[in-house]
Amino acid sequence: MSYNSIQELFNLAEERDVPLSQIVLETESVLTERSNEDIYNEMERRYEVMKSSAKNALFESRKTAGGLIEGITKTHYSYTLKGDTLSGDFINKVMSRALSCSEVNASMGKICAAPTAGSCGIIPAVVISLEEALNLPKKDVLDALLSASGIGAVITKNATVAGAEGGCQAECGVAAAMAACAAVQMKGGTRRQCINAVSIALMNVMGLVCDPVAGLVQVPCAQRNASQAVNAIISADMALAGMESIIPVDQIIDAMYKVGKMLPMELKETAKGGIAHTPAGKEIFNKIFGK
Amino acid sequence: MNISIFDVTGPVMIGPSSSHTAGAAKLGRIARLIAEKPFKKVSFGLHGSFADTYKGHGTDIALVAGALGMYEYDERLSQAFEIAKKEGIEYEFYKTELDDMHENSVKITFTFDDGTQCNVWGSSIGGGQIKIVRINEFDTEFNATAPTLIVNQYDKKGVISNISKVLFDCNINIAVMKLSRTARGKNACTVIETDGKIPENVVNTLRGIENIISVQAINV
Repeated sequence: MSYNSIQELFNLAEERDVPLSQIVLETESVLTERSNEDIYNEMERRYEVMKSSAKNALFESRKTAGGLIEGITKTHYSYTLKGDTLSGDFINKVMSRALSCSEVNASMGKICAAPTAGSCGIIPAVVISLEEALNLPKKDVLDALLSASGIGAVITKNATVAGAEGGCQAECGVAAAMAACAAVQMKGGTRRQCINAVSIALMNVMGLVCDPVAGLVQVPCAQRNASQAVNAIISADMALAGMESIIPVDQIIDAMYKVGKMLPMELKETAKGGIAHTPAGKEIFNKIFGK
Repeated sequence: MNISIFDVTGPVMIGPSSSHTAGAAKLGRIARLIAEKPFKKVSFGLHGSFADTYKGHGTDIALVAGALGMYEYDERLSQAFEIAKKEGIEYEFYKTELDDMHENSVKITFTFDDGTQCNVWGSSIGGGQIKIVRINEFDTEFNATAPTLIVNQYDKKGVISNISKVLFDCNINIAVMKLSRTARGKNACTVIETDGKIPENVVNTLRGIENIISVQAINV
């Protein structure tokens, strides 16, 4: 019993009428010869790292190279707490947590990559905020993280999660797809809705380039962690509403990979294109590195 | 599925970049294990995105931290340059072109006290994962996610059979095995990934086999 595509993962879960997370758990147990309990414990340890990074910049700004995003989390969280926002408390808390992880990461602090460090805020922001909003038991939260991780494993195997290979769509986009799956499961959606949420999230982000200003994982990375966390939430909502993906999820993953290959090197983490290569972006580069 | 979910939701690491910071630290650390001996100098030839953005991502700091033996979650990582200076280890970086290699690649050269060198080529392939693609004159490919044996031997009949017999006798299963040689009858390199940890006594037994030059075990 194993899977090499999302469809296979879905089929295995359907046949036995179990959550996607059950198949992911059993597969991991066989692959790494670890007990289920050990796997849950390991996931919980990682979730603890996620929780601290999602919190550590909410009240205090962190020192980052060049200072491009220093304090943005604190500012956004203060705005959120005032309660007078356009997109509401929930969405703004999601964004604050995603920004916090990004700011902690940029300050050479400890984070849990999910699937990468540049995209480390998306899954924590979504899962922590839903745990709080839906008041879920710990096991449900860890199961949602298992399902999300299974999705991420397939994408890592069949495509890429490296910005240098696939652009931002492969990092923040894949994180959003993983988080969307977790969100549907946490809300009690079906397996099919989980898979549809993955498809919708990836469609929403197809083609997004990786263009970090001055080559630093700060701008637009922090903003994209916030916006892709929101992408995960709205994709989950579309799936939960019953929206079907007319393109099979594995084909969307393949398309994402091919688009990544087509992107020129300038738009894949080299800071030679996109907003990194604007006059202002180049000026920031020169200011920081003194060239 | 041959990818652990903890390679996807993870690693737990020091930021800011899994490919440029954590992957770089792991490349440095695994290369140090391959080099095996204490070294006085380490040079890093940076290719592609590593060459273009290394300063912004702390790739340089992470490579040195790895070469000093630090893990990617070590909170001392950001002080790697200071620690290297304290330990009297020289380090340098240069930009280079490595043919047909991944965007995030590095050539790591260790210089030992006697002036000899060990060269390791590797790539950071995303999410903190790496692959080693060349060791000195030998092409290879492994990810350092499973325990790995690196054997240098003379290209003679029976050496591989003797290696696998030792592993069989010690109840170690071979998952992946890659063999390359410089020329027929000259030096060869065997990289073996196993399903279980490789104990020190197995390494010593392998070292005693005729026509084997050196053996290193990387227990990840």
